[in-house]
Amino acid sequence: MKPERLWTLLFALGAIFATGCFVYARSDADWWLVPNVSTIGREIDHLFVIILLITGIVFIGTQVVLCYILWKFPDAPGRKAEYVHGQMKLEVIWTIIPASILVFLALYQMGTWSKIKFRSSMPKVQPVAEVTARQFQWVFRYAGEDRRLHTDDDLITVNDFHFVKSEPTVIHLRSTDVLHSFFLPQFRIKQDAVPGLTIPVWFDSEQSGKFELVCAELCGWGHYKMRGNVTVHETQAEFDEWLKKAKSEQNRDQLALANAANGG
Amino acid sequence: MSAHAHDHGHDDHIHPAPSNFLTKYVFSIDHKVIGIQFLFSGLIMFWIGGLLALAVRWQLAWPWQPIPLLSGIWAEYGYRLPPEYYNKLFTMHATVMIFFVIIPLLTGAFGNFLIPLMIGARDMAFPKLNMYSYWFMWPSIILMSFSFFVPGGAAEAGWTSYPTLSTFRWSTSGALDGQTLWLMSLLFAGISSLMGSINYITTIIMLRAPGMKMFRLPMTVWAMFITALLQAFALPVLTSALIMQLLDRIIGTNFFSPANWMVANSGNVVGGGQILLFQHLFWFYSHPAVYIMILPAMGMVSDILSTFSRKPLFGYKPMVFSVSAIAGLGFIVWGHHMFQSGMNPALGATFMLSTMMIALPSAIKTFNWLGTMWGGRLQFTTPMLNAIGFVAMFVIGGLSGIFMAATPVDMHIHDTYFIVGHIHYVLFGGSTFAIFAGIYYWFPKMFGRMMNERLGKIHFALTFLFFNGTFFLMHIIGMHGHPRRIADPTVYEFLRGSGVVGMNQFMTINAILLGMAQLIVVYNFIYSLFFGPKAPANPWHANTLEWACPSPPPYYNFLKIPTVYRMAYEYSADDVAPRDYWPQDEPAAESKDEAAVGHSH
Ligand code: HEM
Ligand SMILES: [Cu+2]
Ligand SMILES: [Cu+2]
Repeated sequence: MKPERLWTLLFALGAIFATGCFVYARSDADWWLVPNVSTIGREIDHLFVIILLITGIVFIGTQVVLCYILWKFPDAPGRKAEYVHGQMKLEVIWTIIPASILVFLALYQMGTWSKIKFRSSMPKVQPVAEVTARQFQWVFRYAGEDRRLHTDDDLITVNDFHFVKSEPTVIHLRSTDVLHSFFLPQFRIKQDAVPGLTIPVWFDSEQSGKFELVCAELCGWGHYKMRGNVTVHETQAEFDEWLKKAKSEQNRDQLALANAANGG
Repeated sequence: MSAHAHDHGHDDHIHPAPSNFLTKYVFSIDHKVIGIQFLFSGLIMFWIGGLLALAVRWQLAWPWQPIPLLSGIWAEYGYRLPPEYYNKLFTMHATVMIFFVIIPLLTGAFGNFLIPLMIGARDMAFPKLNMYSYWFMWPSIILMSFSFFVPGGAAEAGWTSYPTLSTFRWSTSGALDGQTLWLMSLLFAGISSLMGSINYITTIIMLRAPGMKMFRLPMTVWAMFITALLQAFALPVLTSALIMQLLDRIIGTNFFSPANWMVANSGNVVGGGQILLFQHLFWFYSHPAVYIMILPAMGMVSDILSTFSRKPLFGYKPMVFSVSAIAGLGFIVWGHHMFQSGMNPALGATFMLSTMMIALPSAIKTFNWLGTMWGGRLQFTTPMLNAIGFVAMFVIGGLSGIFMAATPVDMHIHDTYFIVGHIHYVLFGGSTFAIFAGIYYWFPKMFGRMMNERLGKIHFALTFLFFNGTFFLMHIIGMHGHPRRIADPTVYEFLRGSGVVGMNQFMTINAILLGMAQLIVVYNFIYSLFFGPKAPANPWHANTLEWACPSPPPYYNFLKIPTVYRMAYEYSADDVAPRDYWPQDEPAAESKDEAAVGHSH
């Protein structure tokens, strides 16, 4: 083998490594998209996989051609390079085909995008909570039993978010200081919290259980630890029960407690 | 004959070379010296930016473990990196790399050195302005370095510096004086770029040698031209945004503070500005800026690929149109950085379409590069290997862009490591490999000596391997949900698994090796500068005009201004066979034998 051919192998190795990472990732939950639990997340994962397939084919195609060229056309005594300046037909082909794929991809995203972010497709339900981000915590103000925000039975929690499975859930997102971003990786939801704006966000969950809320926009020294707990309740009744319990804890007289602790 | 008179006029304009050290090497107005000044300062800043990145990587792989070599500092924090310092590290890493390394190297170093030589001119149109453009970099670098030592330390709002983290002084320690210095520093860097770009535009329009039609310009010059236009149109917007932020910080204007924002002990009603306005202005510049960081690289790679394939560039005109299309579309895609920002989602839909379309010219260029190599006679020199590395890696960066252009998918991967992966495949896999290619290719012309090929190849192979090892897995952890800009991923349960932790450590080890591999090119560069074999005028048998003058070129570049007879890409043409190149300035009238003799070495 001519020593120049080793370069083909180096470039092939790069391409195989890249492809291999994604192939392996599919089989390892620690590598792949973090397991999804929302309906919108299923659509997003589907779109992700479509793009991955298309880009994967393009990637492998170009790398194979590249490696073939490197293998086939190294300098050799007596060989002459082709003298061509281009070819109109090829240019047209490799303009039109990628252009159509790209337009298709863009249009194919529109449905999901409008469903999740357009105000007109927001589910017509009362918000379960007003979420206020601030350095470095998430403050949740739940509508109490009257299901209305900003009344005197509201419940306030910090870094503790609860909602109900299989219900379209709406929050009102705000920030009181700098930018933050409300990121639910397991629900594929992300929305920046912007001081001065109140932004409605909706999502749902197909599973009950415990999940994580991430701050995804740099917000200062404590950004990395601006984490929230997310609990999805199986039923509305379970959620109401939690709400009631949390409420009674919120209303407990801290002074009496302190006095009790001090021995009265 | 008027053409002759014209030539004669040019030849009269040889100025005497400066004799004094200061005007020759320091305050020089010679575009070649200025280019080399930009090259040296860019390469030094590359090390600073790289070391900052290694500290970032260390923290991600082994959070809060004392950083080797730095273990003596931060005693009051138990020798751990304070989290705000982590934010300073990545902020400064990106700022240094973008504004002090990639842009100055591509436009400042290669643009300055190559444009006059490649168009057959004796210097830039405005040599003095050119000198100022270099020296305006220094206040910028000094202010940025000084900011580490002011109360609160350097800026820590990211290279994007979004308000209000950057405007409310209480929001984080870097928002004290560090942010003010950051803004002033970038204002200087911007003025420097603007002076350069005006010069490049004027020079390319006005000073082309006789016969150098626009459609005979080498791709490098075309790319520099379009880049300069991008800079000229986009920079004023960044400058205004920086000044507005500065005013918000210093004299209490409220461009970027929200309405009804109250601050104790201040006026009755504060605010009334719009936070997102800054993001619009910033990206209106900074999206074109990412193309400022890739177009010159694409131009250089096109020329290098053609030279070492011994074959004409495939699709010269489609290439020129693609570069122009990228520049044009580059002004209507900025919103793709703001899909999740709270901007009207209907705008997101239109920005998605334009962003998808901007991937098209990049695809066309890639196919043309492959077409250039196809059927060629590939010479695997170090510059060629780096240029091929550019093509192979840029493909990955372009394709990952499509994921992020898709707004619903971007909802998941925005502000995660997927973005960081994308950035590094275009800016390291793309721009940096092109910079290496350019250094290896034009070093003989710059310094009159050859670099060592064997060391160059070892450097390339190691860089290629460790580069992929450092950056590819970022796509994987990103799609898993790993946010960018966090000091400690293990805060999150879903990032605590052995997979993510292992990948973070793997990437850090590769990053350290990648850094160490760069010692090879430093050695090669410095050794060759003094002891490399003397370079002939045209060591690569290339066609462009810079190879028509001696290596290194004299002060006046061309004793007689050359006349250009053809495109830059006449490789392996039958007319001059068996010679496989046909310089742009070689008269066609000569018979084959004479031509061969005239250019033998
Ligand atoms: C092939 C076409 C490309 C497409 C479709 C594309 C698309 C995108 C999109 C949509 C984003 C925003 C992602 C997000 O924050 O959620 C982005 C970010 C970025 N892109 Fe590209 N891109 C392309 C090429 C390039 C090139 C050539 C460069 C530079 C040389 C570049 C540099 C960057 C940088 C630096 C960022 C991150 C900015 C930040 O948030 O810090 N991109 N790209
Ligand atoms: Cu945050
Ligand atoms: Cu962009």
